[in-house]
Amino acid sequence: MIALVIRRLLQSLAVMLVVSLLAFVMFRYAGDPVNQMVGAETTSAERQAVRESLGLDQPTLVQFARYVGRVVTLDFGVSYQFRQPVTKLLAERLSATLELSFVAALISLFAGIVLGVYSALNPRGRISSLLQSVSLVGVSLPTFLIGILLIYIFSVSLGWLPAFGRNGLIPVTENWSTGLLTIEGWKSLLLPAITLGLFQMTLIMRLVRSEMLEVLRTDFIKFGVARGLPRARLYFRHALKNTLVPVITVVGLQIGSIIAFSIITETVFQWPGMGLLFLQAVQNVDIPIISTYLLLIALLFVTVNLIVDLIYNLIDPRLKDAAS
Amino acid sequence: MSETILSVENLRVEFETRRGTLVALDDISFSIAKGEVLGVVGESGAGKSMTGAAIMHLIPRPGRIAGGRIMLGDQRIDNLDRTGIEAIRGRRIGMIFQDPLTSLNPLMTVGDHLTETIRVHLPLNRRQARARAIELLEEVGIPDPTVRIDSYPHEFSGGQRQRVVIALALCAEPELVIADEPTTALDVSVQAQIIKLIRKLCSTRGTAFMLITHDMGMIAETADRVAVMYAGKVAEIGKVSPVVGAPLHPYAQGLMGAIPSLDNEEPRLRQIPGSMPSLTALPGGCSFHPRCERAMDICRQRTPALLGGIDHKVACHLYEREEVAA
Repeated sequence: MIALVIRRLLQSLAVMLVVSLLAFVMFRYAGDPVNQMVGAETTSAERQAVRESLGLDQPTLVQFARYVGRVVTLDFGVSYQFRQPVTKLLAERLSATLELSFVAALISLFAGIVLGVYSALNPRGRISSLLQSVSLVGVSLPTFLIGILLIYIFSVSLGWLPAFGRNGLIPVTENWSTGLLTIEGWKSLLLPAITLGLFQMTLIMRLVRSEMLEVLRTDFIKFGVARGLPRARLYFRHALKNTLVPVITVVGLQIGSIIAFSIITETVFQWPGMGLLFLQAVQNVDIPIISTYLLLIALLFVTVNLIVDLIYNLIDPRLKDAAS
Repeated sequence: MSETILSVENLRVEFETRRGTLVALDDISFSIAKGEVLGVVGESGAGKSMTGAAIMHLIPRPGRIAGGRIMLGDQRIDNLDRTGIEAIRGRRIGMIFQDPLTSLNPLMTVGDHLTETIRVHLPLNRRQARARAIELLEEVGIPDPTVRIDSYPHEFSGGQRQRVVIALALCAEPELVIADEPTTALDVSVQAQIIKLIRKLCSTRGTAFMLITHDMGMIAETADRVAVMYAGKVAEIGKVSPVVGAPLHPYAQGLMGAIPSLDNEEPRLRQIPGSMPSLTALPGGCSFHPRCERAMDICRQRTPALLGGIDHKVACHLYEREEVAA
């Protein structure tokens, strides 16, 4: 197990190095950083001075090494548009995105598994076929449309929930304030979280359904029936656990994409998270923020993958033996 | 005659399909006594497994029992509802399937399988159930059961897994175990061990076995009585020695002739021409007549009845005449 963890960690490190190279190349060569920083009337001597002070005249490899060195100490440079350290800008926004993604992931996971199991156990039922068609809509409708629809129904028509923004915040630390402790906070969180989670939910539901149907056809379920085990036990103890192995892979990757793709939801709901910041950065060619965002998302995917691999080994004893 | 545990009378199983009603089992009758092994042989599709499934209410949809009776002791079980049959499954009738590699949940230890099944059927606590599980593993011949009980199925060999499966079927001391091709997936030396184990369990526990197989050698070694099935019907049934040693039905004769023997000088084994008809295209009369070397006119017109004494019955027009004459 420990050997596996170390091996996976090394692999993750390699991936991160490659991504940081990409981020560096983007940072350094997508346009001239000096041009972005100085005004139009700066003389070329002044430009050269800035260039030297930033170390941009040195060999690429040295620059990359220094970039990695800065990244490791969480120094991602200064945003062109805000004139503030990228680290600070992102840290302020991190809580908003993580809370949104976390709640969205929980909603999609819980509802996805429950509905998936239900429609696998009653494959011919009317509710199941209804769920199947509705889930098709969920998979195929774009997120922004769902968001706008939800706003129209629950904010404009019914007036139950706020249409945009993040309210009811209670500061926890300097950079971290949470909306999960107030009713108002939950109210503003609910619509964006459902919007963000809906696609994943329908995906998880369809996956759980098909995997579960598959498992229910296996011999060990048949043998369980033949030796008189109660249905509930067979379904939830034997079948569900076997269903979860492939489901965890997909869910793991989906959690990564929930955070990565919160950009659209954050824009629709004007949610002050990293995605919104990223979009503004793209519009203003704010390369330090873009490349840092790239790094952050990569780190997230790598971490989630690592965790998924480890959970696998906990659930399926056959993999544990194969690994050691 | 010893106590009858299971008796199947005129069992008929039908499948409603778009192309009409298929008769998978037609007029099946047999009985199994305490501690007895009944071998059920026949080609694939003859209805051997379907018979076992019908007893356990495990017929795949859209099949259903369309007639006859199944008696377990004094209780009629073919018309039970779901709760009723669930009280029988595992408790009074155990079942073993063909492939031990897929019969166990890969994510649970062998001990979890056993204690779970034991506690569903018997009022034991966790500790008692575990002790009983260890005894069962010991009884089916798993070495070092106190250690092996916490292993996962993939840590056992195929033969050992089939032993575990047998232990699982025996958890609640059922009166009858239906074993559906229990050795087909195993190699020959392991087959012999499993056969020995089944024989031992019959004599020590008095458990009756319904042994479904297409392996005549296994029947000859294990069974007390044997039923030969063909196209959903019983062709011949009786004690092992007359049925295997001197079969009457031309189909049974063909099956026995297909067993290689050491002192047989013939260079080629006998084979039965053709193959078993599909249920959608059963010939009229005796369904074996198109393949039968001794078919007569009557075979094409009338279905023969299963006739004879308790020890040996056959469904063939060749012998109906003799009986009438005698």
